[in-house]
Amino acid sequence: MLRLEKTKENRSDILSLFGEVDASNSVILDEAIQELVASGTKSLIIDGKNLEYISSAGLGVFMSYLEDFQDQEISMKICELTPRVFEVFRILGLDQLIPIYPDRAAAFAE
Amino acid sequence: MKYRLNISCQTSALSELRAFLQQSLGGATLDEIEKHQVTLAVEEVCANLIIHSHGCNPQDIIHLEVIDSDQKLIFEITDQGEAFNILDYEVPDLKKVMVEKRKGGLGIILVKKIMDEIEFESKNGVNTCRLIKWFRS
Repeated sequence: MLRLEKTKENRSDILSLFGEVDASNSVILDEAIQELVASGTKSLIIDGKNLEYISSAGLGVFMSYLEDFQDQEISMKICELTPRVFEVFRILGLDQLIPIYPDRAAAFAE
Repeated sequence: MKYRLNISCQTSALSELRAFLQQSLGGATLDEIEKHQVTLAVEEVCANLIIHSHGCNPQDIIHLEVIDSDQKLIFEITDQGEAFNILDYEVPDLKKVMVEKRKGGLGIILVKKIMDEIEFESKNGVNTCRLIKWFRS
């Protein structure tokens, strides 16, 4: 079960994830990011405070935007991952490709 | 201890798989982060089979057996779809996955990094993938 919430804070678009992302629902995450890009976002913060689980299907969604975001100068940051979810990003080396911050304030600060 | 589950080949069954694994791993000598990781690795293999070997046909079944011994956990995943030998797949380079905008390939990296041993055999139309995680003493 995955629920998404879009808000705006400090001129950034915040996409908060609640629940679990797997192959059955990663398309919902993909569509939400696509919508934010279409609306002209230049700063996207993924809030993972309530993200309990993410499989490669969800991680692949983030990966698929990295190059385009670089070209379009869109900043994507991830914040407040739980230790076990962060560990999955770390195993893959995704923490080297996407900036990950301990909380929202730290993500805004940089 | 042995635990068994039959999974219907549809992605909506993945949450049921995770719930089953959480229950089966209750007594295993792994910390919470390791339990989370082995759950992810087993799900990655099953999701691959569901999507690529069975084309998300809910009539098809994958059989999972979890064997919890003193020293290790064995996850035996059996199916009768198109053989997918994970050992044949080279771990893709992460940067390459990024440039090619591939949404696949990451699962294989995770399984190979999380599990200590991976075995695969295909006999008489039955494929068995065995994932092994040793307990650290």
